[in-house]
Amino acid sequence: MNETILKVEKLNKNFGGVAAIVNVSFEVKKGELLGIIGPNGSGKTTLVNLLTGFVKPDSGRVFYQGIDITGKKPYKIAEMGIARTFQMVKPFYQLSAFKNLIIPLYSSRVRRLRGGMYGDRDDVAIDLLEDVGFERDSFVPYKIASSLPHGYLKRLELARCLALRPELLILDELFSGMSMSEVASTLPIIERLNGEGLTIIMVEHRLKELFRLAHRVIALNFGSKIADGLPGEIMNNEGVKAAYLGSEEEGEDA
Amino acid sequence: MLSSILIYGLINSVILALTAMGFSLTFGISGVANFAYGGFYILSGFLVWMLLHYLKFPFLLAIVVTVGIVGLLGFITYWIILLRVRGIALSEVIATFALGVGILELFRYLGFVTYEFTLPYLKKGTILIAGVPIDYQRLFIIGIGLALVLFLYFFTHHTRIGLSFRGIAQNERTAISLGIRSDRTAALSLAFGCAMGALAAIIILPLGIISINTGYEVLLIAVAVGIVGGLESVSGILIASLILGYTQVFTGTYLKPEWMMVVYLAAIVLVLTIKPSGLFGKFKELEERV
Amino acid sequence: MKFRKERLDRGIKARCEDIFALSSYREILYLLLPRVLPVVLLLVFPLLKDIVGLYWEKVLVITCAIALLSLSWDWMASVGLISLGQALFFGVGAYVTGSLNYAFKWSPLITIPLGTLGGALICTFLLLPVLRLRGVYFAIVTLTLPLLLMRFIETTKILGGTEGLSALTPLPSLWVELYVPVLALLLCLFGFRRLISEDYGLVLQGIRDNDRAVMSGAINIYWFKTQAVFLAALVGAFPGAFMTHYYQFVGMPAFALDYSILPLTAAVLGGVGTFAGPTIGAFILVPLSEVLRAFGTLRVVFYSAILIICIVGLPEGVFHFIRRKYHQFERMVEVG
Repeated sequence: MNETILKVEKLNKNFGGVAAIVNVSFEVKKGELLGIIGPNGSGKTTLVNLLTGFVKPDSGRVFYQGIDITGKKPYKIAEMGIARTFQMVKPFYQLSAFKNLIIPLYSSRVRRLRGGMYGDRDDVAIDLLEDVGFERDSFVPYKIASSLPHGYLKRLELARCLALRPELLILDELFSGMSMSEVASTLPIIERLNGEGLTIIMVEHRLKELFRLAHRVIALNFGSKIADGLPGEIMNNEGVKAAYLGSEEEGEDA
Repeated sequence: MLSSILIYGLINSVILALTAMGFSLTFGISGVANFAYGGFYILSGFLVWMLLHYLKFPFLLAIVVTVGIVGLLGFITYWIILLRVRGIALSEVIATFALGVGILELFRYLGFVTYEFTLPYLKKGTILIAGVPIDYQRLFIIGIGLALVLFLYFFTHHTRIGLSFRGIAQNERTAISLGIRSDRTAALSLAFGCAMGALAAIIILPLGIISINTGYEVLLIAVAVGIVGGLESVSGILIASLILGYTQVFTGTYLKPEWMMVVYLAAIVLVLTIKPSGLFGKFKELEERV
Repeated sequence: MKFRKERLDRGIKARCEDIFALSSYREILYLLLPRVLPVVLLLVFPLLKDIVGLYWEKVLVITCAIALLSLSWDWMASVGLISLGQALFFGVGAYVTGSLNYAFKWSPLITIPLGTLGGALICTFLLLPVLRLRGVYFAIVTLTLPLLLMRFIETTKILGGTEGLSALTPLPSLWVELYVPVLALLLCLFGFRRLISEDYGLVLQGIRDNDRAVMSGAINIYWFKTQAVFLAALVGAFPGAFMTHYYQFVGMPAFALDYSILPLTAAVLGGVGTFAGPTIGAFILVPLSEVLRAFGTLRVVFYSAILIICIVGLPEGVFHFIRRKYHQFERMVEVG
């Protein structure tokens, strides 16, 4: 638990004069489940985009396993083992659910990790879907993605990340738009993944679930880090409470 | 020599900017790449010619009528063709491309390919500026070019339609929720783009003859200027026109006039390699173009 | 009393796409016929040269060339790259082949493969800067490149300038002239259809639908796009290389608009994304345009009109229509 897997140093990002991320620094330890919270527009998704290379920072550095990954292309970062989900799920709608997973399975990272012992990608895909709670012997994994309900799409997104066999998983509001029962069935999956040693960063709006899962929580407001500590401390932090006042509802960022 | 280069470079730049403006305007507002632009450009030239020769219109009336008709055609194009394929980039591009080619090749078939098709100058004669003879037509081009830019600025910042144009350009969904009718605005953007193309055609075409191939060239210019400057920004268009315009005049003077066309290719490839969003592309930060 | 059209799958078709439960020769025939019949017709057609006449055999060659260009267009479209300038591939392939033959007098057996490969490499290199952008930018640049190259050759007077290079080596025999394009077309058609349904093809289609998701799947989309463009350029440069020796001439018409708009129209008319569609489209359009040869440049207007009508009114394309009619039957049912 002591080895640092991700180190963020003084990250800054402006969008046309609006400061989206201001001087954010933090570290993530191997095997940790870090939660990142913040009201709407506090820069959570921007932070995820910065970490995964979809947006280039104005200044600051990101180190992953000691290697500087700042400004690297998204596919290079993914290749190194950081997988992310998107908040707005956009699967490949015309493909059936399991075929959606073929694409990450085709990457050179997966080929390398799986070596010669490969077998059929379709079988691997079905296994992965079962892992995230798709019923194996039903029609669900074979259904066209556009016909799946939202909760399944979110879990498909999760499976898409797991297909990469990541070492660091970044979940961008995985629970948003899920029903209570869907959340309840997804929580154990995340707990299990973390229990198997996967480092997870969870950006989340559903505070109750997050505080239950996370080992440590970082709170953002207006792009700055306002608190960093154990879930219990954050829950009672005055600054965090003030930031959430008036934006208490569990809505989704657009 | 130098003063001549400076002045003709400026004129050339304004010509490029005028030519490219209509295309960029439409693209910047509604995201429609109007590949029929060259077709409408040439259509305007022939329309004025026909009004003058067949219907004996006075020149000014012919200009006004033509700009009006072409603008209207742009508007109609949106409602009849583009509305049905809106949002499907593939279909939008193909439909407008086909329309432009159709217009141009129809004129070719009808025999509009001889040297008799020229438009008259607004005012004949030349004057000497800094020892360089310049005809009035080129002065008009500069004047109208400047007036158009000022008009555009005023229009987009201070009128209702102009503001809704900018609204749509920035965020279509939000604009719709604020009660801006996006389809009408997009149709208007196409109309304005086409009308501007028509105006540019009417003042630029008198410098040479109206030829079908100019139609394809116009599209080329619009695209080159757009790519160098960044398709969505007006200031980018102006600066790109200056860069391309002067480079062309320099190549024309010091190399050979035939090399002037090659400047476009070089510029496009260079800019796309170094800074793909264009020198002044506004959306470079967005994830759209990682 | 209201009626509604109901569509029913013919009994043979299982629920899943492309998996069939066969139980009789009749059913096998039912499935094989639409695949085998066109192939047989294509292979037999050149043998009938004495019956149909050499003129129509020449039309077949041109049709195959356009069909190949249109397959190349469809291939790029399935990666989300819209080309408005297939003439680029055709022209570059033609010029590379022509100049090799003109300069070194090599036989077509060497210059055609070299021209195809070299042309594809040059085209890929030219398009490389644009691959990082999506959407209309690619279309814009593909539209302008053939025009610019044509201008370039005109102004610099290289490669024969406006005159072109003539008196090139003819193809060895009539059979080569007729069978090479037919075989190339069949190879390419079935090759593309196979490749797009493989995992590799899925990745390419993924790039078209959502390139961000593909990127976050650790896939270098630019590399894949480059591969796809190279493949398309190969298929597009080949007809250029072949036709150069067929006409024994290469000149600026190799970059003509016809080679851009005809494949595009064929693809849209036939049905985008199916490969069989564009081929069918080419086999409808090219013979038709031969019939309309008397109208001169009006033919291009006619293609444009077809394009607009198809893209706005019949986006489905001929192929989907035929397939639906073949696999399903329709009947009117009463709606309460």
